[in-house]
Amino acid sequence: MFDDLRDLYQEVIFDHNRNPRNFRVMADANRQVEGFNPLCGDRLTLYLKIEDHRISDASFQGSGCAISTASVSLMTEIIKGKTEAEAEQLFKQFHEITTGQSDQVKLEAIGKLAVLAGVREYPARVKCATLAWHTLDAALKNQAQSISTE
Amino acid sequence: MTSYPIEQIRADFPILREKIRNKPLVYLDNAASCQKPQAVIDSLVHVYSHEYANIHRGVHTLSMKATDCFETAREKVRGFINAASHKEIILVRGATEAINLVAQSFGRSQLQVGDEILISAMEHHANIVPWQMLCEQIGAVLKVAPMNLRGELLLDEFKALLTDKTKLVAITHMSNALGSINPVAEIVTAAHAKNIPVLLDGAQAIPHLKVDVQALDCDFYVFSGHKLYGPSGVGILYGKQALLEAMPPYQGGGDMIRKVTFAATEYAGLPYKFEAGTPAIAEFIGLGAAIDYINQIGIDTIASYEAELLAYATEQAQQIKGLNIIGQAAEKGSILSFTLDKIHPHDIGTMLDSLGIAIRAGHHCAMPVMDFYQVPATARASFAMYNTHQEIDVLIHGIKSLIEVFG
Repeated sequence: MFDDLRDLYQEVIFDHNRNPRNFRVMADANRQVEGFNPLCGDRLTLYLKIEDHRISDASFQGSGCAISTASVSLMTEIIKGKTEAEAEQLFKQFHEITTGQSDQVKLEAIGKLAVLAGVREYPARVKCATLAWHTLDAALKNQAQSISTE
Repeated sequence: MTSYPIEQIRADFPILREKIRNKPLVYLDNAASCQKPQAVIDSLVHVYSHEYANIHRGVHTLSMKATDCFETAREKVRGFINAASHKEIILVRGATEAINLVAQSFGRSQLQVGDEILISAMEHHANIVPWQMLCEQIGAVLKVAPMNLRGELLLDEFKALLTDKTKLVAITHMSNALGSINPVAEIVTAAHAKNIPVLLDGAQAIPHLKVDVQALDCDFYVFSGHKLYGPSGVGILYGKQALLEAMPPYQGGGDMIRKVTFAATEYAGLPYKFEAGTPAIAEFIGLGAAIDYINQIGIDTIASYEAELLAYATEQAQQIKGLNIIGQAAEKGSILSFTLDKIHPHDIGTMLDSLGIAIRAGHHCAMPVMDFYQVPATARASFAMYNTHQEIDVLIHGIKSLIEVFG
């Protein structure tokens, strides 16, 4: 019935929405930033533990739509073990793909995050996918306690 | 209700023949804006093709013709809400501008430090923020009358908040987020017993209810044309003549003056004192055409048809497991606001859109209402005169299907 939406709502997204990974408060986090999308009320808190410029642990709490929940869940999985510079690079690539700004970035470059590329066709939903990453960006730059997508 | 001319009405709205994502459009976002009948579209084309010039200033034939059409539209609005005089019908851009006008003109000239403005817990941002701005400017205080979980105003608590300091009540006639219809007659009576004027925000009520401002005895009534099947960009401020006479102009400019010298300006009389600059001429005439269209069918006929639609939609929705209706006031207009367990309203909105169904998902410019119900947002289906039982079936089937997909 929802055939048109297969690119947007892939099974991986439903899976992460039902069972978000790394969904917990991190007591020993050394970075913590709140992300808020005032348009739809999506709200998340991202926790990072960074040691020697490497993300040794990542987790989150919050509530949002399936796209934003899957996005942050996938993100916490993929950034674990990455250096800050690698995570920043991933943020840039992800942002370019989801906003359709560039065809230069190949989907392979972002691995399983590619399941979120479908939001390109849904301008109203791009912010759902990018909220987690803007929050990560703020956490890596360590300059804000909270960010808003507006 | 067998006589309701639904087929004819649907045929009158060309956009209802559109396909959305290859499916027939099911337009259920009427609380945000209504679609336009051919008569309104034709009137815009006709004005620009045959009757357009600037108004109130030309001696030439076209200008006089345009002025006539424009003032005829004002008369139609006056009749529609049964105002005593055309002088009480001020053309503005929308309900939002009307409230800002009252806040800045009435509020700044009549209220003082410590005075109170009383609103309710179910207001649209347009009936919150202009008062907050006024309070900041003059040191007045904003008070909020509470509601219960069904979305009904607590009338006793409202009355208890009417004090010697209260200088204005500004309250919605019908909530856009919940559908609740407020007991406005009782509100006006209670406020007037203490000599407090009342502004009613009629943006949602106007296409669904018969509004008679003299019977209501409200002091101000505001609404937008685009929610009344008219063009966007026009709205109405109704105000009692004596109040409007005493208020200073809101904006200065052309059309609102009698005489200007560099030393002093003499303002025009009502309603022109509040209509600075060239207004939305064609759109106002289009609003007149919308009112003609509604009158042909009859607002009471529309109201009872919509009540039937809402009752049907509510009954169907209540049978869906995991669906929570937000706003269950005993007196309610044709709005079905809801949430689904574990499915975010934006996912509901996108999913239904893929089936051709347009609903609103979000906070409906009523974030305090969302906070009250402790939800980030709701999905809202809102019905108009052209919606059908079959469209509600499509909606309900869509909701059931998306619940299945989300598992």
